[in-house]
Amino acid sequence: MLLLSKKQDWFGNTRGDIMAGLVVALALIPEAIAFSIIAGVDPKVGLYASFCIAVVTAIVGGRPGMISAATGAMVLLMVTLVKDHGLQYLLATTLLTGVLQIVAGYLRLGSLMRFVSRSVVTGFVNALAILIFIAQLPELTNVTWHVYAMTASGLGIIYLFPYLPVIGKSIPSPLVCIVVLTGIALMLKLDIRTVGDMGQLPDTLPVFLWPDVPFNLRTLEIILPYAVPLAMVGLLESLMTATIVDDLTDTESDKNRECKGQGIANIGAGLLGGMAGCAMIGQSVINIKSGGRGRLSTLLAGSFLLIMVVFLGDWIKQIPMAALVAVMIMVSIGTFSWGSVRDLKAHPLSSNVVMIMTVMVVVWTHNLALGVFVGVLLASLFFANKISHYMLVESEFDEENDVRTYRIVGQVFFSSADKFIAAFDFKEAVEKVVIDLSHAHFWDITAVSSLDKVVLKLRRQGADVELIGLNEASSTIIDSFAIHDKPDEIEKIMGGH
Amino acid sequence: MQNNKKLILACIDGSRLSEAVCDYAVWLAQGVEGPLKLMYMIDHHPETATNVDLSGNIGVDSRDHLLEEITSSEHQRSKQRIQEGKAILQAARTRVVEDGFSDPIICLQHGSLIESLANVKEDIRILVIGARGKIHEDQPDKIGAKLESMIRSFHGHILVAYEAFKIPKRIMIAYDGSEASDKAIAMIADSPLYKGLSCHLVCVNKKDTAKSLIDNAADKLKTAGWSEIISAGLQGETVHELCEYQMEHQIDLTIMGAFSHTRLHDLLLGSFTTKMLINTKTPLLLLR
Repeated sequence: MLLLSKKQDWFGNTRGDIMAGLVVALALIPEAIAFSIIAGVDPKVGLYASFCIAVVTAIVGGRPGMISAATGAMVLLMVTLVKDHGLQYLLATTLLTGVLQIVAGYLRLGSLMRFVSRSVVTGFVNALAILIFIAQLPELTNVTWHVYAMTASGLGIIYLFPYLPVIGKSIPSPLVCIVVLTGIALMLKLDIRTVGDMGQLPDTLPVFLWPDVPFNLRTLEIILPYAVPLAMVGLLESLMTATIVDDLTDTESDKNRECKGQGIANIGAGLLGGMAGCAMIGQSVINIKSGGRGRLSTLLAGSFLLIMVVFLGDWIKQIPMAALVAVMIMVSIGTFSWGSVRDLKAHPLSSNVVMIMTVMVVVWTHNLALGVFVGVLLASLFFANKISHYMLVESEFDEENDVRTYRIVGQVFFSSADKFIAAFDFKEAVEKVVIDLSHAHFWDITAVSSLDKVVLKLRRQGADVELIGLNEASSTIIDSFAIHDKPDEIEKIMGGH
Repeated sequence: MQNNKKLILACIDGSRLSEAVCDYAVWLAQGVEGPLKLMYMIDHHPETATNVDLSGNIGVDSRDHLLEEITSSEHQRSKQRIQEGKAILQAARTRVVEDGFSDPIICLQHGSLIESLANVKEDIRILVIGARGKIHEDQPDKIGAKLESMIRSFHGHILVAYEAFKIPKRIMIAYDGSEASDKAIAMIADSPLYKGLSCHLVCVNKKDTAKSLIDNAADKLKTAGWSEIISAGLQGETVHELCEYQMEHQIDLTIMGAFSHTRLHDLLLGSFTTKMLINTKTPLLLLR
């Protein structure tokens, strides 16, 4: 039921959504243009994509008020594809990315986000901000001092203009930045790069196109290795952004619907000659800040963007790249989680390592999916390590009856299994050993087989072994995996000894 | 309807009809000797933005500042709304006590009424709501914008109050021979609430079938021990005829089955219940 939305999701906040849509459109244009250039395609590819993705996710997405469009995170994954195979393969990849995301939505993979810890999310956000900033550097190298002056004054306008009384909070400062810098460049006839120099802008409304690629296995071989990480990064960033919007607005979103929505939007983008995109953290925050809450804000952001680009194309061409760079640096600063740097001292080392490793892997590979993978892996290992400390073996000796009792307390699993075995004294010559498991929890076969090992070793030393107090959970897992009570199996595992 | 612990739930919103809602709830609670709960929902409308800053920039810690800003403004507003809610509930409580019901349960909650009705956990015997909220308070010909979806979201009996309370003396049962209305008749026959009231059993249908339908239903009520049953078979446009009948015979309460058709049927043909909600001249008790 992707088309069914509550009426208040659309029209609950009409006035706020219209204004916010306008403000957000202004922040969408620089990102679409800047990253189209990095992808090596005409700005129109990114602009069509931004239009289509925003409009489609407004209708079918699962998070009202979230902004999705052509994003830097996705573009950085497709650079080599465009270089090696050209635009048509990019469009085909975009379609496949959409299909994969829809499949992920139906498989309810959105719920896997629960494995992505807070530190990984922070690392992702910081890495994204750094990538957006790095992507601006080509515009700032090998240029005249004019460009630096323009960028710096652009940032000055963006951050200082809102302090002006009355107009400061009613005119978007990025717009003022773009207009003023364009005016200065035109007046002084500065010879600096403008948007027009970077490639073709849209001159018509987008038209429906099927990508011009052969429909065979060879094509799939080329596009699949790109589509998979694109689908993953798109969903990761979208779901993280959805959580941020959820927190800001204190409302719920439908994560699996969002996965499907992103997929449909990307298929739409591919068919309209655009590249794959996803939700944007910075622009979504701008939307909420500007008073956008409903689906209308996203729809209008996309529509205003297209209207501006198509009908004001001649003016847009005159915009100096320095102005867009200033806006993108703003997005980068606003996306970065500065609090996470301040909190480094307060947070536990393991969380910091996870966060910093996530950032480093991403900045190194330009692949956010890899960073998240490494982050999740590290976080899981740290967690397993922590939990493995929660195991304790106490022992006492009953001299009269020559009985040694071991009392196991806590979690026994792969990470604590060695510690578990090491806690037994196999050198001691006793008649009987009692292992009290009533306060232990056996989680996996590693735990079970280590218990087997202990029992067998003790028996070989001549002790009678009694297991007591296996609690319910432990006894089920032991029933299904244990072998120490099945004599014919013992030979197999102990054969080597 | 044997379980006496089932609640009568009165949803109040501080509008003019809230007093009537309280009165009807007390009448019901006393009739069935059950507990009575007064509920006020603090609806926050999270879909609308209150703080608007069109400066369009984000900088260091923008996200944290924004969250802090929105949170603190909502904190203020919610505190105020809780106070309002408490005052409204207190007024309702006073009214209920004056009506002779000594210890109503008071409930103040966050969220929208529709959602909370859809997820209601307690055993509710009858829900009582007003037909109009604050927005349409002064327009007696209108019903609340959300009334229909509210009724649809709740799957129990609902009494809708339209005007100030009048002790029901003459009730009208709108009967059409459908499964829903047969169920309604069975419930009415069982209930202690309507004992001693004069009952008009009305069916709007083609003449010949109407007669036999009503006789059938009237028999059921008679076997349940009802004496004053006036049955009438009417012809014409159902809603119009029923409302005319209400006026003519000074009916104080209309009882009918509700929303027995599917959404699709209602979408194509218009829902009978919705039309009754708009046109009725008496309070409606919807049974399902």
